Amino acid sequence: MSWDIDSIRRDFPVLSQTVRGKPLVYFDSAASAQKPRQVVEAVDAYYTTYYANIHRGVHELSMRATDAYEAARKRIAKAIHAADPREVIFVRGATEAINLVASSWGRGHLSKGDEILISMMEHHANIVSWQLIAEQTGAVVKAIPMGEEGVLDMDAFDRLLSDRTKILAIGHISNALGTVHPVRAMVDKAHARGIPVLVDGAQAVPHMPINVQELGCDFYVFSGHKVFGPTGVGVLYGRGEVLESMPPYQGGGEMIRSVSIEKTTFRDIPERFEAGTPHIAGAIGLAASFDYLEGLGWDNIHAWEASLLAYATERMEEIPSVRIMGPKDNKASVISFVMEDVHPHDIATVLDAEGIAIRGGHHCAQPLMRALGVSSTARVSLAPYNTKEEVDTLIKTLQKIHTMFAE
Amino acid sequence: MDLSDLYQEIILDHNKHPRNAHDMSDATHSAEGYNPLCGDEIKVYLKLEGDRVVDISFKGEGCAISKASASLMTERLKGKTLAELGKESAFVLDLLSAEEEPELDLGEVGDLAALSGVRQFPARIKCATLAWHAVDAALAGEDKISTE
Ligand SMILES: Cc1ncc(COP(=O)(O)O)c(C=O)c1O
Repeated sequence: MSWDIDSIRRDFPVLSQTVRGKPLVYFDSAASAQKPRQVVEAVDAYYTTYYANIHRGVHELSMRATDAYEAARKRIAKAIHAADPREVIFVRGATEAINLVASSWGRGHLSKGDEILISMMEHHANIVSWQLIAEQTGAVVKAIPMGEEGVLDMDAFDRLLSDRTKILAIGHISNALGTVHPVRAMVDKAHARGIPVLVDGAQAVPHMPINVQELGCDFYVFSGHKVFGPTGVGVLYGRGEVLESMPPYQGGGEMIRSVSIEKTTFRDIPERFEAGTPHIAGAIGLAASFDYLEGLGWDNIHAWEASLLAYATERMEEIPSVRIMGPKDNKASVISFVMEDVHPHDIATVLDAEGIAIRGGHHCAQPLMRALGVSSTARVSLAPYNTKEEVDTLIKTLQKIHTMFAE
Repeated sequence: MDLSDLYQEIILDHNKHPRNAHDMSDATHSAEGYNPLCGDEIKVYLKLEGDRVVDISFKGEGCAISKASASLMTERLKGKTLAELGKESAFVLDLLSAEEEPELDLGEVGDLAALSGVRQFPARIKCATLAWHAVDAALAGEDKISTE
């Protein structure tokens, strides 16, 4: 495998600093990933050499900006294997994408007594957006429970799918535990009953190549900042015919064909869902992050992350007070854990003093935390730029925490 | 910034062996303090006779800082009058978050001094103030407060 970790780390200038006097160890990429130079430079080039608004001017800069923005759409469509670039809508992030679908699709399709099926393991973004539209339409939100720890109960899923189910909205990979859900099989079962499916891919896109056509889902959403791209930009993929049938989400410039005070006609997709000036720099940067990831190679990324995950898991299991939550197999490079007698916030604080950034908390997944019987966990998330040496630093500090709080 | 200022021995001891950590069936006042950032909840109970705190306890999930602060608080406030309680509470909130660090008279402050290390860890101040705010809420007749 061609994997030059030193050169990869040099692509991420932020990593070469000390924090609290210690070399930074960044294990919080699931919350937000660091940015390679290549992404920053793409954004920089837009701002410094061809900055202008898009779709509006006949002048040179505006045309160049428009071309770059539309090229970004094409680039991302190719990365996720969308059939048509028009199926890629730029939004603020996974959260806005889910809200867009819940609001626009939901208004047209949900009424009293209808059911929206999610799971106990969702990020709050994929819970609360649906609760809001349920409240407005009289629909109800149902959730697939966990079976084994950190794994969805597929028998319960079968039972919960019914004639009342109007949409299935499910995470691809759990942000809190790293569980990879059997999304493909779930899409098939839902589609067999004519139920459309939204997949929240916020945690999947950084780890694996996505093929929305193969998954067969109707909507796929993710955030740029978790894929080593800019904040404030994300993608809603929607199957063309489904998006075409949906009313606008927000009104404004860009999304109209013609406006009079009596009546406005709307543009086709994707513009219909991109009211106002979009995050042009964000879209350009996000396209650059897919160039970067594909340049590393998905197989290489997977191999590196899998070996780091196996190593970190094995070393953490050596510490008697550590308990890793969730499944052992079929998971992304995320380790969620608790320590006997040490609260996750204390773990995170002590690690921080050693320059190690992790997340301690409920990971915006409180229903899951309740189902697991904890109020929070500590989460280490591993990215292509992490190393075994960094894992060793983590283990040393966890051992120190173990002694410190045991006394 | 030094970890041993935050996790002083007294803090670790109160975390491991929290004092007055139980609910209270005959409480006259109680309130829940909630920290939405971490999902932690601490419920405090007070039993007042006249204007004196004759009993005080807490129960709940929390980090070492919030548990130790609650535990230290119950030791400190038991037997105090409401006026004294108000002063203690104002002092601790100053100790944790006032721009100027108050002068500490160690004879007077006692174990509460252990909380002063939290100042250097801004992300953890809300953990330390949680129980104290909950007591204020309980006395004000509110049944829930949130640190946000
Ligand atoms: C699974 C999942 N869905 C949705 C989101 C929300 O993403 P954003 O805050 O970027 O909109 C996150 C981010 O934490 C996530 O992990």
